[in-house]
Amino acid sequence: MAINRMFRTCPSTGLQFHQPAEALIRWNAVAAVVSLLVGGILGLLVVLTRWPALHLLPADAFYQALTAHGLNMLVFWIIFFEMAVLYFAASTLLRCRLATPHMAWLGFWLMVAGALLNNYAVWRGDSSVMFTSYAPMGAHPTFYLGLILFAVGALIGCFVFLGTLAVAKAEKTYVGSVPLVTFGALTACIIAIFTIASGAIILIPTFLWSVGLVGYIDSLMYRTVWWAFGHSSQQINVSAHVAVWYAIAAIVFGARPMNEKVSRGAFLLYILFLQLASAHHLLADPGLTSNWKIFNTSYAFYLAVLASMVHGFTVPGAIELAQREKGYTKGLFEWLRKAPWGNPVFSGMFISLVGFGFLGGISGVVLGTEQLNLLMHNTFYVPGHFHATVVVGTTLAFMALTYFLIPVLFRRELAFPKLAQWQPYVFGIGMSVFSLFMMGAGTLGVPRRHWDMTMAGNLLPHEWPGTAYLMVGLMALAGILAIVGGAIYILVTVWSVFFGKRIETPDFKRVSARDGAAPAPQPVAVSLTGHGSAGHMAAPGTFVLAMVLLVSFVLYYFVNWRYLSSVWPLS
Amino acid sequence: MPTAIDPPKNRVWWKDPVDKVEITWIVLALIWCLIMFFMMPYWHVYGKQNLSNEAYRSTPELFSRKTQEMVDKYTVRTETDQKIPVVHPPAGSDVYLIARLWQWWPLVELEAGKSYRLHLMSMDWLHGFSLQPENINIQVHPGYEHVLTVTPTKEGTYSIVCNEYCGINHHTMTSKLYVVK
Repeated sequence: MAINRMFRTCPSTGLQFHQPAEALIRWNAVAAVVSLLVGGILGLLVVLTRWPALHLLPADAFYQALTAHGLNMLVFWIIFFEMAVLYFAASTLLRCRLATPHMAWLGFWLMVAGALLNNYAVWRGDSSVMFTSYAPMGAHPTFYLGLILFAVGALIGCFVFLGTLAVAKAEKTYVGSVPLVTFGALTACIIAIFTIASGAIILIPTFLWSVGLVGYIDSLMYRTVWWAFGHSSQQINVSAHVAVWYAIAAIVFGARPMNEKVSRGAFLLYILFLQLASAHHLLADPGLTSNWKIFNTSYAFYLAVLASMVHGFTVPGAIELAQREKGYTKGLFEWLRKAPWGNPVFSGMFISLVGFGFLGGISGVVLGTEQLNLLMHNTFYVPGHFHATVVVGTTLAFMALTYFLIPVLFRRELAFPKLAQWQPYVFGIGMSVFSLFMMGAGTLGVPRRHWDMTMAGNLLPHEWPGTAYLMVGLMALAGILAIVGGAIYILVTVWSVFFGKRIETPDFKRVSARDGAAPAPQPVAVSLTGHGSAGHMAAPGTFVLAMVLLVSFVLYYFVNWRYLSSVWPLS
Repeated sequence: MPTAIDPPKNRVWWKDPVDKVEITWIVLALIWCLIMFFMMPYWHVYGKQNLSNEAYRSTPELFSRKTQEMVDKYTVRTETDQKIPVVHPPAGSDVYLIARLWQWWPLVELEAGKSYRLHLMSMDWLHGFSLQPENINIQVHPGYEHVLTVTPTKEGTYSIVCNEYCGINHHTMTSKLYVVK
């Protein structure tokens, strides 16, 4: 079989797409957006039910919708999109052919089959076990089988990514080291392989248990191994969306990394320590010692938190440097004021960065502190935290990237440009406020995954304070705003892809890799150059922003300790 | 100039000097990370709110029997149409609380300022012990007897809400905890 060496050069960006990689990126992105649409409709139903003023669905339908919402969003939307990012970061950025396209397609169709099967299981009504599917509560076998097929498909995608890196290296399509964005994608891929292995260790026995071949699943064992899969799967997202931040900084501003060593070192810390975070979910469980909990949840001395704090600094720092070089040097923040706030690729990325850092990052560390967790475990605080990290952070970063990919990948102009311009603000602000009120309600103790906070008809009901109702009401309103933002995204992307004005490419050509698709080797500089400029600070504006983050972090952290010290002594 | 989507310009990029501003931020962040790490062991020594490491494997039969013994000994009254017993065990004693679909059993009455050994276990699926409005939240497993020493501080009527999803009637799994003088 001949190896496909067909390439297309994008006339507006100069990026090169290998035909099979391009098709895979497109199809994965489409599958992602379909999952987002399904998950979004379910999210609306969930919000309208949790809002005590409406309380839309009956209990069984609510738990069904909540289960399907979590799976379609956290698993299917994000991982389909991540597959697109992996193929883009390997094949396009390294200008090389995709390894084993047939295997990649097999992986894609396995993922589609898995997603459909899992949705079918939940739709049946006997698998409303939530995203976490805690044993010994059982689901229909097709529930677990769907997840296993999806995971196998994603694993194949990871190996195709690694294979493509090997191809690029062997065919010398780049000089020196892989780009930073590809390095970030590689980090995501390595974490994904660990994650999927953990998923197999727990989901395969649970599947066998659901069909009656395994007699007993221990609940603590299940939770311990399941979270090595469940939390790590969200750590893939962190690596992937940080890589997307760097990519967007490069695309929009031509920003170069402040320092390769620092940024890559931070990604390396993710690989080494991020997975330990899965212990966050076990802080209120019996049978695990405090030593174990402290070491693991601190990601071994908070080294993965350090990594995120580094990225949170170096991404805006790189943008500041690029802007200052363009002449926006007045004061601390001219570089930021003069940023293209009307370009959704930039605004989406920047809101994602700020929301992830301030809301998601700080709340995550507080939630993951051994003793403070007592105050928030399984309350609304938990979904408040992860809507800030996964939705404001990852989903919004991916949305921002889509606005770049539509003209480049689908060769269509963006439809409804005005709406697209507003979308990151509507979605980002709606979702941030939603997360904030969710955390507020959680601080007051309102439980998550709960059909009726009014507790109507209970034998011994609990009266929540009026503030809790106010918080949940405001949360629902902000949630609806965020869903409007999500709907605009879907409208813009679907309309652009199917009905958008075609971008004609007169110099469109497909060329063989051997015949010159590889870039001319760049002269390798031996001398050491960098931003290192003795005497003055390179990115003072970013430093001030980072200090604001640090001060908020410190204050909020100790406020929670103070709150903890006022509850019943416990040991 | 190469950006983050191009290979680094210098082949030996790991020898590029790091700017002062980056180093400063990394050092500050690292110090903060270490402070956060030491807060947890510190609180075990000087703080009063820590989860116990004491837990035993158990069975529903054994745990029910111990709970029943406590109920037989210390019941002071019953409440609601279902006649749920309210126990008032002496200070310092072992208090057993059963979590099951979809009930906490029995009702417990404690004295303010006294310490008790609270034993939590589930009979079936995972449940969540959420004490409101105090807001103490603990996971309750089947097969694991979790022993905590609690000292209620203020008298009043508290609620216990299940906050781990445990099926369709999850929202009905609520109970009371009384703290008296």
